[in-house]
Amino acid sequence: MRISGRGRLAGAKTVNFSFNGRHLMGVEGDTLASALLANDIHLVGRSFKYHRPRGILTAGSEEPNALVTLGQGGQQDPNIRATTQELYEGLEARSQNCWPSVEHDILAVNNLAAPFFGAGFYYKTFMWPAAFWEKLYEPMIRRAAGLGALSGKADADCYEKAFAFCDLLVVGSGPAGLMAALTAGRAGADVLLLEEDSQLGGRLLVEQEEIDGKPAALWLQTALAELQALDNVRLMTRTAVTGAYDQGTYGALERVGHHEMRRYSLKGSHRPRECFWRIAAKHCILAAGAIERPVAFRNNDRPGVMMASAVRAYLNRWGVAPGERVTLFANNDDAHRTARDLVQAGVHLAAVVDSRHDAPDSDLYTVMRGAQVCDTSGGKRLESITVRSVRGEEKIQTDCLAMSGGWNPSVHLTCHLNARPVWRREVLAFVPAAGAVPGMQAVGACNGTFSTQGALNEGAMAADVVLDALGLQRAEAAVPVAQDAPYQIAPLWAVPGKGRAWLDFQNDVTVKDVTQAATENFSSVEHMKRYTTQGMATDQGKNSNVAALAVLADVTGRSIPETGTTTFRPPFVPVSIGAMGAGAVDHGFKPQRFLTSHGASEERGASQLEVGLWYRAAYFPKPGETNWRQSCDREVMWVRRAVGVCDVSTLGKIDIQGPDAAKLLDFVYTNTFSTLKQGRVRYGLMLREDGFVMDDGTCARLGESHYVLTTTTAAAGEVMAHLEFVAQVLRPEWDVRFTSVTEHWAQFAIAGPQSRALLNGLLDAPIDSENWPFMACGEVSVMGVKGRLFRISFSGEEAYELALPADYGDSLFRTLLSRAEAMGGGAYGMEALNVLRIEKGFITHAEINGTVTAHDLGLARMLPKKKDFIGKAMAHRPGLMDADRMQMIGLKPIGAVKELSAGAHLFSPEDPVERVHDQGYVTSVGFSPELGHMIALGFLKRGSKRIGDEIRLVDHMRGIDTLCEVVEPVFYDPEGERTRG
Amino acid sequence: MIQRGSGLVADLGVKTAWDGLEALKIGAVTLAESAPQSLTTLAPFRGQEAALSKAMTVAHGLAFPPVQGSTTGKKSARSIWFGRDMALLIGPDPDASLAKYAALTDQSAGWAVVELAGLGAEDVLARLCPVDLRLAQFDIGASLRTELKHMMASICRLDKDRFQIMVFRSMARTLYHDLKTAMEAQAARR
Amino acid sequence: MRITCPLCGERDRREFNVKGAALDRPGEGADQDAWHSYVNLRQNPAGVLAELWYHEMGCGSWLTVTRNTVTHEVLKVELASETTLGGAA
Repeated sequence: MRISGRGRLAGAKTVNFSFNGRHLMGVEGDTLASALLANDIHLVGRSFKYHRPRGILTAGSEEPNALVTLGQGGQQDPNIRATTQELYEGLEARSQNCWPSVEHDILAVNNLAAPFFGAGFYYKTFMWPAAFWEKLYEPMIRRAAGLGALSGKADADCYEKAFAFCDLLVVGSGPAGLMAALTAGRAGADVLLLEEDSQLGGRLLVEQEEIDGKPAALWLQTALAELQALDNVRLMTRTAVTGAYDQGTYGALERVGHHEMRRYSLKGSHRPRECFWRIAAKHCILAAGAIERPVAFRNNDRPGVMMASAVRAYLNRWGVAPGERVTLFANNDDAHRTARDLVQAGVHLAAVVDSRHDAPDSDLYTVMRGAQVCDTSGGKRLESITVRSVRGEEKIQTDCLAMSGGWNPSVHLTCHLNARPVWRREVLAFVPAAGAVPGMQAVGACNGTFSTQGALNEGAMAADVVLDALGLQRAEAAVPVAQDAPYQIAPLWAVPGKGRAWLDFQNDVTVKDVTQAATENFSSVEHMKRYTTQGMATDQGKNSNVAALAVLADVTGRSIPETGTTTFRPPFVPVSIGAMGAGAVDHGFKPQRFLTSHGASEERGASQLEVGLWYRAAYFPKPGETNWRQSCDREVMWVRRAVGVCDVSTLGKIDIQGPDAAKLLDFVYTNTFSTLKQGRVRYGLMLREDGFVMDDGTCARLGESHYVLTTTTAAAGEVMAHLEFVAQVLRPEWDVRFTSVTEHWAQFAIAGPQSRALLNGLLDAPIDSENWPFMACGEVSVMGVKGRLFRISFSGEEAYELALPADYGDSLFRTLLSRAEAMGGGAYGMEALNVLRIEKGFITHAEINGTVTAHDLGLARMLPKKKDFIGKAMAHRPGLMDADRMQMIGLKPIGAVKELSAGAHLFSPEDPVERVHDQGYVTSVGFSPELGHMIALGFLKRGSKRIGDEIRLVDHMRGIDTLCEVVEPVFYDPEGERTRG
Repeated sequence: MIQRGSGLVADLGVKTAWDGLEALKIGAVTLAESAPQSLTTLAPFRGQEAALSKAMTVAHGLAFPPVQGSTTGKKSARSIWFGRDMALLIGPDPDASLAKYAALTDQSAGWAVVELAGLGAEDVLARLCPVDLRLAQFDIGASLRTELKHMMASICRLDKDRFQIMVFRSMARTLYHDLKTAMEAQAARR
Repeated sequence: MRITCPLCGERDRREFNVKGAALDRPGEGADQDAWHSYVNLRQNPAGVLAELWYHEMGCGSWLTVTRNTVTHEVLKVELASETTLGGAA
């Protein structure tokens, strides 16, 4: 019920919304919770396990009960807390965890069966018979469990991520946070203040008190105006800090679009729903406040039972009285403010129950001292409470009970780096350990300092510490004067008695459950949590943790600090997966690298293959070809008979210069490059330090101290890092410089008997076999453009690689293709390239798979004894040179075999196909149009000695089981006559 | 070096990394390709940085840039810090005299070079780069290497609200995609 | 996690790649035990550890980062080129 003249929303615009299909009205500035209460709606949802009717407990992000679902389809958001959801025109909310409706929920039958659903219920009930688990228990539990449900549709919302930096991060904008921001801001510090709420001010927005003799609201207004005027202070609302990480890194979730109709669903708008911030802060002042904790008593979960601080928040901020006959139950002075404010607002206060015998008196109302609420009654709304005192038990009619068991400082962030909070007896609460997070100071209520004056003082003092560290001059300004009443509290966690007394409202965990956990020896707090599910799900036990462990401490005869807390982990508030994965959908997931030939390839209908991040043409179909094999065979034959052109720009190209360039190459390659003549290319092999092969490629000597080496596409980044490692870490005294030039050059292989003829039609100065023998390289000019030409071959044919600056790539590729096509050839793709190299037994990373040695590859001759090189010592370990190791071999099928497969395993024909008899595996396969059958490369135990043997190839996955002949891993032109031309 | 613009033989056409991608204006922020210029990395040999800087001053009127800085010389020649022991000369082809002191490597076609400009450009980059690019920390003329989304990038502040961004040529489309997405999100916040 | 690169200043961890413990490479002619230890054996201490990190997305420097594996405190960051891990050349 809205009380005219109360709250901060006077004169606000009307907002239409609906709840469970019912049209309702609220005002601008309402949360869904305050608007529901203003409409006298208390039944909001059903509890997790027992499907008990539940209302609104709190006024903040700690809300365990009032969870609703918003939106439809791909924009459906479950588990939205009504207490943080701002009202907007057209908002449609509905209850969840109930069917068919929140009023009539079939599963409420669970409540009657409650005796069977105690702690450990799952573990005890769903154990036997084992076969039932998968078929019966799990599907059943999955259907019944969970809070809200997802739509099952792709998320239609936009999310984003961003980075922020500051000297000082202030978390929370209550009096402590504001004072810290003001103090640091005035001195010129770079301040970022984050507030979870839509409004700045924290408890100042909801309390009736004075600062510097004026209403707190006025002081707040002045303070905010001052902060907003400071360029060095950034204020962010609707932003909750979710985690504290190493070296001053913080995560924060900004609710950008939760408070408005989804604008982005309108065409052309990209407004994000949430933004996940990664913040690097030199210092942090944590002014996160505190969360009021409930008291456990029988049936304390009925709609209408609320936190005392929430009742006065609804009254003072939103002008809503959550009941017509309100009662209060507390163990501390602070809660009496609720009684005072209700009376002043003219709300009928039916009773004030205080468990303390020395509770303070009031002129405004009578206090039942030394009394406790021990039960409630009512169905979907609280109707009465039962109060137990020395006079016995009495029933009091009430529709709203405001309860308070004291305050728990929000220590969560201080625990994220593994620190444990410490128990402070005077305030009966855990407070942050000093130095829990380097660079962070906790102030105000989250530090256990509950008076406004104390909060202001601590905020200012903490800011002074930061200013000193930053070397900034403090501005002279007095801390304002505010209420400084001591915090008076007496312990009260659970009211003794029969029946269920709730500790954790969200997970339906009662005092009995915790007691039972202890009885069954789950007495460690972490075990109790898992056994009872206390403190799980969206609220992570923000209300319930301390009371639950106090009960556990009591049952186990330990003190609260001895019992300890469970571990608080990020995130402090739920973060949607959408926000965490923001930017990583569709093309944002990873970069795409396109070749200069991409456009021309697409025009020719090339099928694209993803190779790492690169997109390469797999094959270029011609009209009439019905499958890729036909295209591939044709392209292979073009290269073998005429000329083919292939973009090979993806290979890593590293430019190496400096007086010690040759020395360094001799060290990183197994073979020698200092002896390579200028204008020549040599094949090179690189080992890892453990002696296994890292990569292979060619290296060309362009000048006395100038080389360019190529890496495989897959290992380009790894090789660059490796070269830098060798040069910077192992041999910093050598003078050598590396630059990646992969992207500068568009490089095309021109392969086949007609390759030279094709080139000579393009080059400004023709070449011949004399001046460009096999493995020659040098500068050339193509229609006036300077480039590089390498006579190297990955196909076994006479072949060249022509490189021009990539700006010419598209044009050069098209020119090469039209010339090749005129000569009876054309473009070839990755499939043909693969067949061509398998025919020649050339290796790729299919063979260099991290477990093979130079010996395995038949390249032992490339490991010289005389010079040192990386991996030399380890490569000569006996185990790596063992003749019994698997060695690279070729395979050709015996008989009319249609299919071989990479990944198949090899067995001796006489052995059973069992793992212990495994003789090797297949790495690469292809169909050789030249030979008319499949060919393969692979590794076989003692393979080099088994040439001519029969071997059984088995691939259970693809249903292949066939006999092959072991052959030398070269199928075509073993002497290399064609290459040399 | 690439002969950009005039002096080309008609048979081979030039397409820069940004070919096929349009300029953008979203809200107050614009994105466009920078005018193509020669790009050369200069990696001074051991102990030659001062000598290189002197030769650069003589030849191009600019010095070897300080770490995370840049220098400007004659006729729009610029040099920006480009990483460990490395500068990028932008504009002129490097004078032959520099080769004595440094490894010179032509990179003219290797990078996509764009300018992001306008009020809010800083906020766009804050969505993509894990570094503080606010004016107070990253002054006009400053140049750094960092990550843009998942790509290695060079970022240089040309003016208060104007940044030069470079990523590898092959990733131009991803740069366009990532910047456009961030520009749209930033504009939708206004 | 943030690492202060001697060239680039304090940077987010995502710009770096870690290689592992920073160890002295055995010199030429060292025995198999020394190599075995260098390649395969790690102390994995709960405490102070020197590691090699590569500032791949930044300046390209290899760094020796000394940090506490328990507290995650970064104690020291040096350019690896200024340390001597290469063994006798």
